[in-house]
Amino acid sequence: MTDMASLMEDRAAAKVISDNLHKPVDWDSPKIARNIKKRYAAERRFKFYGLAAIGVALLALFVLAGSIGSKGYTAFFQTYVQLEITFDQDAIDPDRTGDPAVIGKANFDGLIKQALRERFPQVTGRQEKRDLYSIVSGGASYDLRERVMENPGLIGQTRKVWLISGDDFDMLNKGYISADVEEGNRRLNDEEIAWYDALKSDGAVEKQFHTRFFTNGDSREPELAGIWGAAVGSLYTLMVTLALSFPIGVLAAVYLEEFAPKNRFTQIVEVNINNLAAVPSIVFGLLGLEVYLNVMHLPRSAPVVGGLTLALMTLPTIIIASRAAIKAVPPSIRQAALGLGASPVQTVTHHVLPLAMPGILTGTIIGMAQALGETAPLLMIGMVAFIVDIPGGALDPATVLPVQIYLWADSPERAFVEKTSAAIMVLLAFLVLMNGLAVYLRKKFERKW
Amino acid sequence: MSLSFLLLAVAALCVLSFYFGRQRAIALSGGRYSNLHSLPTHYGMYVALWCGLPALLLLVVWYMFQGSIIEAMIIADLPAEITGDPGKLSLALNSISLIAEGGGQHLTVSPEVVDAGRRLARLHTIANAALIVVMLASASVGIMLSYRKIDPEMRARNNVERISRWIMIACSAIAILSTVGIVFSLLFEALHFFSKISPLEFLFGLEWSPQTAIRADQVASDGAFGAIPLFVGTLLITLIAMAVAVPVGLFSAIYMGEYASSKFRSVAKPALEILAGVPTVVYGFFAALTVAPFLRDNGAIIGLDVSSESALAAGLVMGVMIIPFVSSLSDDVMSQVPQSLRDGSYGLGATKSETIRHVIFPAALPGIVGAVLLAVSRAIGETMIVVMAAGLAANLTVNPLQAVTTVTVQIVTLLVGDQEFNSAKTLSAFALGLVLFLVTLGLNVFALKVVQKYREKYD
Amino acid sequence: MAAVSQSAMTAEPSVASPKMTARDLNLSYGDNQALFDVNLDIVERQVTALIGPSGCGKSTFLRCMNRMNDTIDGVTIKGEVTLDGRDIYDKRIDVVQLRARIGMVFQKPNPFPKTIYDNVAYGPRIHGLVNSRDELDQIVMTSLERAGLLKEVKDRLQSPATGLSGGQQQRLCIARAVAVSPEVILMDEPCSALDPIATAKVEELIDELRSNYTIVIVTHSMQQAARVSQRTAFFHLGKLVEVGETDQIFTNPKDERTKGYITGRFG
Repeated sequence: MTDMASLMEDRAAAKVISDNLHKPVDWDSPKIARNIKKRYAAERRFKFYGLAAIGVALLALFVLAGSIGSKGYTAFFQTYVQLEITFDQDAIDPDRTGDPAVIGKANFDGLIKQALRERFPQVTGRQEKRDLYSIVSGGASYDLRERVMENPGLIGQTRKVWLISGDDFDMLNKGYISADVEEGNRRLNDEEIAWYDALKSDGAVEKQFHTRFFTNGDSREPELAGIWGAAVGSLYTLMVTLALSFPIGVLAAVYLEEFAPKNRFTQIVEVNINNLAAVPSIVFGLLGLEVYLNVMHLPRSAPVVGGLTLALMTLPTIIIASRAAIKAVPPSIRQAALGLGASPVQTVTHHVLPLAMPGILTGTIIGMAQALGETAPLLMIGMVAFIVDIPGGALDPATVLPVQIYLWADSPERAFVEKTSAAIMVLLAFLVLMNGLAVYLRKKFERKW
Repeated sequence: MSLSFLLLAVAALCVLSFYFGRQRAIALSGGRYSNLHSLPTHYGMYVALWCGLPALLLLVVWYMFQGSIIEAMIIADLPAEITGDPGKLSLALNSISLIAEGGGQHLTVSPEVVDAGRRLARLHTIANAALIVVMLASASVGIMLSYRKIDPEMRARNNVERISRWIMIACSAIAILSTVGIVFSLLFEALHFFSKISPLEFLFGLEWSPQTAIRADQVASDGAFGAIPLFVGTLLITLIAMAVAVPVGLFSAIYMGEYASSKFRSVAKPALEILAGVPTVVYGFFAALTVAPFLRDNGAIIGLDVSSESALAAGLVMGVMIIPFVSSLSDDVMSQVPQSLRDGSYGLGATKSETIRHVIFPAALPGIVGAVLLAVSRAIGETMIVVMAAGLAANLTVNPLQAVTTVTVQIVTLLVGDQEFNSAKTLSAFALGLVLFLVTLGLNVFALKVVQKYREKYD
Repeated sequence: MAAVSQSAMTAEPSVASPKMTARDLNLSYGDNQALFDVNLDIVERQVTALIGPSGCGKSTFLRCMNRMNDTIDGVTIKGEVTLDGRDIYDKRIDVVQLRARIGMVFQKPNPFPKTIYDNVAYGPRIHGLVNSRDELDQIVMTSLERAGLLKEVKDRLQSPATGLSGGQQQRLCIARAVAVSPEVILMDEPCSALDPIATAKVEELIDELRSNYTIVIVTHSMQQAARVSQRTAFFHLGKLVEVGETDQIFTNPKDERTKGYITGRFG
């Protein structure tokens, strides 16, 4: 009974509302106007959040680029000091043999030290002298030797020579060490700064373009350290990676896209590829360590092992990109080829692959760019060793650019900060080039079917 | 070096055999290709495949086993006092390989070890020579056998296509092989580790200090291997990263997808993607040398004691790195919400933000959850930023201003540099790797399933 | 010939006080002109059907009437559309309010992935039309009732709307539109995705709604236009060819093209 009553009541209430419902809303009422205002304010706020989010991301990008650029650009120049070197016959080639072997063994370091002592005769103490010698880099004597070897006529003469300076002196000249800081808190004492001022006022300090940075291998001395060794290591590593991952990746993509029956095997492969793409890179490093080094006993620190490890990592990228490119080729082309009696393999090699190649190459370049920037797995397989020599092949111990950056970032010397930043700039330049090439390829061969 | 020459030699043989195979087919055809079952090039490829393929397979198999066989031979000849003790053995093996490479003069080792070193060098030379002989022999045999088979009736094309099909299947199987390889290498070493340290202690222990494990008198003594501080540190940094990446990434995606003009999008989108292309080592450097000092100095100004290797610095920078990842994934997901839903909402007089908040976002939520899970898995596995900017000290804390360490940092520290295999310290890295792999795999599988389901809903 | 019939059209507005009017409406997507000088009056509390072959611009015209084309990039609109004598393309008109006054039902049922209740409550909520939960409940109930759906969904208001059948979903969309008390309801081929039984129900519903709302319906089916509408407008190639009482259009069309279309010679 009560149910019935309440139902009737509901009906009645519904009727009232129902009558109200087709009475137009008074859109000009103050309540509605207020509401509209609030809604538009919310709209503006929401839009602002979106813009702010993009702003935050771009700001981070600018700060990142700015901090690296501002720290790194100085590394492309190096401070040189001009000294008056006496190429003393007795010191270089006392028996006047003129034999390059004898000259090569001469104590050029001593000549530089002597020149420094002559320039600052007031320096006498042991520690003071050591400080004085550190104005010039340990590498300067090699330069001097080379100079004399090339031009033996110098022997017996006195010449003004520009010599590469030590790292602290370089930092002082570049303004990274400030004379205003209390003496105990800086790398150079007051006396050393006075020497600098004296040399500077003679015009005997200048910055020159630092070619060594691009041509040298690693070194413990920041002013002698260069990225060439790491760059060559990266090159060998990437060559191995490319040689393995490109053919394997493309063949796998062709199989999965064109030939594979829909069975369990194919399904497992697909799931595997998708998951491999998301496995942390360091896990690939562990795989490389265990399989390549501990089981197969391949040489440690060698680009070949790095390449093998990175190949497994880039494989999913290449397979996924290649499959997308192959899928984009319209079926009509395959049907046309098959209709002319071409075999499936011929159809793929003659028609599908050439048409998909720009997309495949784009994906491959992006995969290679990822591999070029990868660090963690290479730490696992020992490509993190301190290696001075430029590697001569894929089996020599080597390091790669990102690992070099990691190593330098870990070094305590102040001068390595600018080297690290500069190495990052070089690495980023390579990445920009590669990605630019990928974008160019995509734009040039973009095709709408 | 000899390896690349060997490969070049085999490649040259392949080219030659292709040429001769083709010539023979042409000769047999008597000038009319229609007499042949297949094109002459197919006969050439048939011979070339039989020349190169077995040789290459042989090479791979050879390298898989050469190391362990030689090592076994060396160990077999070592005196029992060395082989009986795993610590001594690994030390001796290190010295032996040093001596074999012509170094190790400064080592003070027993004459057996020196002999073994020389023997190792000799074995390597023999093995390399043998490899060359075997590979070239296999290539030649392959050429001879297949060359003789050339006949106008032979179905060369079908043969070549069958072989290439198997090559393609093998290439696809590499994906499975690498997963299997990962699982087995992690599992093998991790089980080794768990035979020394109980899994319960590893998973639930509160103290982590593997460095103390090495003591002079005990090669494999126990340190403390409780991984909880690592897990907490990893989660803390991941959480900070997500706190940056999820809101920023999501709102960027919303703005790009729903508000931005196409001109703005064409500039801002690639700019955001640059963030994704920056190598992690660069982020690490940025975190360690710019962000961390900035936080420390500013913290000091407002009276906060911020560690110079704070979780906050690493987390913030990692968040920046993940922004484009979240943004592009959620952009994908939200653009899949059908236009009809937007129309329905606009048709009722909803504003853009109301439509986004009440219709698009809820509709896209499963996909966005999937995207965030993928981002979490990436943050957990990220290595270089934390290696360079987070600490090594395994503090059990959730204070973002303090230094914490993560699973990946520990794997790197434990395995970089000289390792003693078989010590619990080294093996623990593999146990950590196993945990890392399983967790990220679980997250990925789950996230991909969620996204997949979502896609199907709107396809 | 065409020019003559065109000017004849402009003279046609025989309607005393139309609810909505379109005057010299032109619309282009970029360089593609989709509507040419459309002049049409919509009579209050009647159903006006827009018919014509596909691509003739009838849907485009419908979307102009509540400014749904605003959301598409590169659209330019010239001319005037009025509601109660006011130009809806006037800068001072708030498009959000406008769309509440002129509701829309789409070709494919598009319930939001929310509960049935929340779907209907969505409009009143965003427009702030209610002060209490009770009021909202009432609006939801009556709207569902109006759409003839209440009986079917009464017991599962909190279950997801996507679980309804196609016809139910479309009626839910109508309930959703009704819930904000619109004056005009635009329907863009509302039955094209429905089976005949669901179509019959929706048509019945349209007929009932006529007593309270002004309805404009785009339809592909001439039978439907004949069944539900009082006035019919025939579009062809972006032009309004002929408009008049439905009976007249179907029995005695003035234009050859209209005749051709309704007798099935093209379409």
